[in-house]
Amino acid sequence: MTYIGTPRSRVDGRAKVTGAARYAGEFTAPDLAHGYIVSSAVAKGRVLSVETEAARALPGVLEVFTHENRPGTAWLSGNYQDEVAPPGAPFRPLYDSQIQFSGQPVALVVAEDFDTARDAASLIRVTYEAYPHQTDLHVQRAKAYVPSKKRDGIDPPPPPRGDADAALAAAPVSVRQEYSIAPEHHNPMEPHASTVIWEGEGKITVHDKIQGAQNSHNYITNVFGLAKENVRVLSPYVGGAFGSGLRPHHQLALAVMASLALKRSVRVSLTRDQMFALGYRPMTINTMALGADADGGLRAVQHEAVASTSTYEDYQEAVVNWSGLAYRCDNVKLGYKLAQLDAVTPLDMRAPGAPLGMFALESAMDELSYKLKMDPLELRLRNYAEIDGNTGHPFTSKELRAAYRQGAERFGWSRRNPEPRSMKEGRELIGWGMATGIWEAQMQQTSARATLMPDGTLEVATATADIGTGTYTILAQIAADAMGLAMEQVMVRIGDSSLPTSPVEGGSWTAASAGSAVQAVCYKLRDELLNHARSMPDSPLANASLQHVTFTEGRIALRSDPARFVTYSDAMRAGGHRMLSLEQTTSPDPNVQKTYSSYTHAAVFVEVRVDEELGVMRVTRVVDAVAAGKILNPKTARSQIIGGVVWGIGMALEEETFTDHALGRFMNHNLAEYHVPVNADIHEIDVIFVEEEDDKTSPLGVKGLGEIGIVGTAAAIANAVFHATGKRIRDLPITIDKVIG
Amino acid sequence: MPGISASPGQLASAAALPVSRPADGIPITLTINGTRRQLAVQPWTTLLDLLREELNLTGTKKGCDHGQCGACTVLLDGQRINSCLALAVTKDGAEVTTIEGLAKADGSLHPLQEAFVEHDAFQCGYCTPGQICSAVGLLREGHAHNADEIRELMSGNICRCGAYPNIVAAIEQVRQDGGAA
Repeated sequence: MTYIGTPRSRVDGRAKVTGAARYAGEFTAPDLAHGYIVSSAVAKGRVLSVETEAARALPGVLEVFTHENRPGTAWLSGNYQDEVAPPGAPFRPLYDSQIQFSGQPVALVVAEDFDTARDAASLIRVTYEAYPHQTDLHVQRAKAYVPSKKRDGIDPPPPPRGDADAALAAAPVSVRQEYSIAPEHHNPMEPHASTVIWEGEGKITVHDKIQGAQNSHNYITNVFGLAKENVRVLSPYVGGAFGSGLRPHHQLALAVMASLALKRSVRVSLTRDQMFALGYRPMTINTMALGADADGGLRAVQHEAVASTSTYEDYQEAVVNWSGLAYRCDNVKLGYKLAQLDAVTPLDMRAPGAPLGMFALESAMDELSYKLKMDPLELRLRNYAEIDGNTGHPFTSKELRAAYRQGAERFGWSRRNPEPRSMKEGRELIGWGMATGIWEAQMQQTSARATLMPDGTLEVATATADIGTGTYTILAQIAADAMGLAMEQVMVRIGDSSLPTSPVEGGSWTAASAGSAVQAVCYKLRDELLNHARSMPDSPLANASLQHVTFTEGRIALRSDPARFVTYSDAMRAGGHRMLSLEQTTSPDPNVQKTYSSYTHAAVFVEVRVDEELGVMRVTRVVDAVAAGKILNPKTARSQIIGGVVWGIGMALEEETFTDHALGRFMNHNLAEYHVPVNADIHEIDVIFVEEEDDKTSPLGVKGLGEIGIVGTAAAIANAVFHATGKRIRDLPITIDKVIG
Repeated sequence: MPGISASPGQLASAAALPVSRPADGIPITLTINGTRRQLAVQPWTTLLDLLREELNLTGTKKGCDHGQCGACTVLLDGQRINSCLALAVTKDGAEVTTIEGLAKADGSLHPLQEAFVEHDAFQCGYCTPGQICSAVGLLREGHAHNADEIRELMSGNICRCGAYPNIVAAIEQVRQDGGAA
């Protein structure tokens, strides 16, 4: 092992800093035509007419597709189900005249160039019959329901345990509050886009912004009834996604439709405002109650969430489950309901569900600590969970206690004056807050291929993606270590539907899943090479077995006498191969899944400074102590956590998509009015990786890092704002008006 | 039933406006990454679209097309600008440097490109060309003397991956090394 565990710069770094990396909307072809989408102006209703004559008359316009003239293809709703679709009937672009959400595409203009397509789109007149719509969760929550069909991969809340009502009533100290989080949008920097290259004879190559090329591949073949071999989807670089690229979107369907109909290459890129109609983090209202003994022991936890979904799909995520396992408690009642809005279906967004539920739980824990006059960290240690209360299973590993200790020490938590408004510097009130973060550690079944080339270099391949997470780099590290090669001798190929099967990149599972598959196939390759080497005439390794040899620098050598070796190339040739390619599939251990719970944990400590008169808030210091198993690459790992923390700061103080309920439309659909953190908003972020051995979650010992950085951060900031100002804001984001109001 | 007629985001009178399209475009000259180019552009074509769509220089990114995100930042006569807000026709005679023009001919990277890789100052890479071009302009301006001023003066370039601390570290290192040009 020489690479795993050491800080390595990204292997795709040069491509990204020189502009050589190409993203979905940047591929081209000599016959490329450009599509531009016309979006619905109403939230609910039906299209009465689409006047396209003026657009068609514009020189350079090739076609205008609407529901009235779209080509006939497989249009059953089931054909639109993708790998991560929630239960329901997925949206079908240009299927019929019905409008299900504002921003829904109602026409696609295709022209010789982008300017003409955009110009022509502005000439299209759409007349609607508008139906009454409802986009306000506060109204619709009265009609909230428990979804009858559960979403694959999302555990519904566990059944109640103990008697939470009685325990809460009997608890000497309790908190009961409502905590809500505004809708948010992913806003990756790269606009969603699909470039479909017409290869002739019904074959297409699709460059799509997607977190799993095979998800788009299956979607296209199902929707358009194409043979699998006639479609190839590529996504070697994804300019951010954070969940927005998990599901194939309508620009993909429309670009493919146009390409097949026109028999030429077509690109459809969305504008920033059109991207607000792809999906969002659902608005969520939590009702949270905690009851405790006078010494801080939790007696009751009650947590119910109501979250928005659409009228056509029951989008679900795990919001309340965390409250049943974060702390030790015998009386727990959890509930999760949906309320339908006339809006697009929500879409998984970084750590879907967790920061919403944990904002409620960790805010309530903080409120409880003040009622108990107990340090918030001490309250959490007092209720430390040694087993998963939801299942009764032990954890595969849990070094949260060490994370609390190391984080508190680095932050200087012991110097905190617990009194709100007690710390001040100049005109700024200073607040210190903390919270716990939890996310699932998962591994998914994944296949990988390893190919030893004639020149001794290695190619490893699996269909997964790198959305900025560092997949290319860690796979190169893993493969190089497994085969005893230099990282420079390893070529990683991902983001291609024709490669061995991989799930979408998401859920923080890619390092454990793709990483384990790559390691396993490399080990298989070693076995094969050794077999060939042993069977060579007069082989120096004739009697050697795996434990007798090393694989380094392209040689299989005897441990006892490294001068006796066979090169990989000679071994391959002896086996009759010019190159050697093997495939292997790895899956999580079902016994572990049945008997253990596996989570990553974090302890987040933050300092906020609040201008007392103006209410301006700054997060000046964050210490995030993370227990996530083995860290493959401390450099890219730290970046994952920093990014998650920045998202937590955005969730706490800035991010909010406003809906005009009269129009049923998101109003601030641009980056000037939808605020994401900018450089000046971000100060010191200190990341600690706590030592944690985990031999169960995955063969690699990794637990994943993509989500954990955001979970708990918003709650820690809200708690710090209370400590600074004495104001408890239970409604994110915490904007100036709420602090000085 | 009353109908609503609308084309979101478009002027109601757009259909009535006569659009004049110079058949071959308007001739301009730009020096792009050191190469002088005679071009014919439409009056409405932005510098960004010219670079990406017509010259295949896709290193310059389109993130919002409204001057709100900074992904399209290029150097125009040495100054950082949002190329999505610049009509190409108004820049006749200008010198444009894009991300593709920062590395030396022998392939060796600009100090800021090196520092971005070394400090892991990006994740997905989409805002990165704009960040780097912006940082080149920033160091030339000479107004940033510490990390706080870098943060402030780099706030026109959004990084949704949240690589800001590493972006600041990369720029601060190059600033201290004096490798601005």
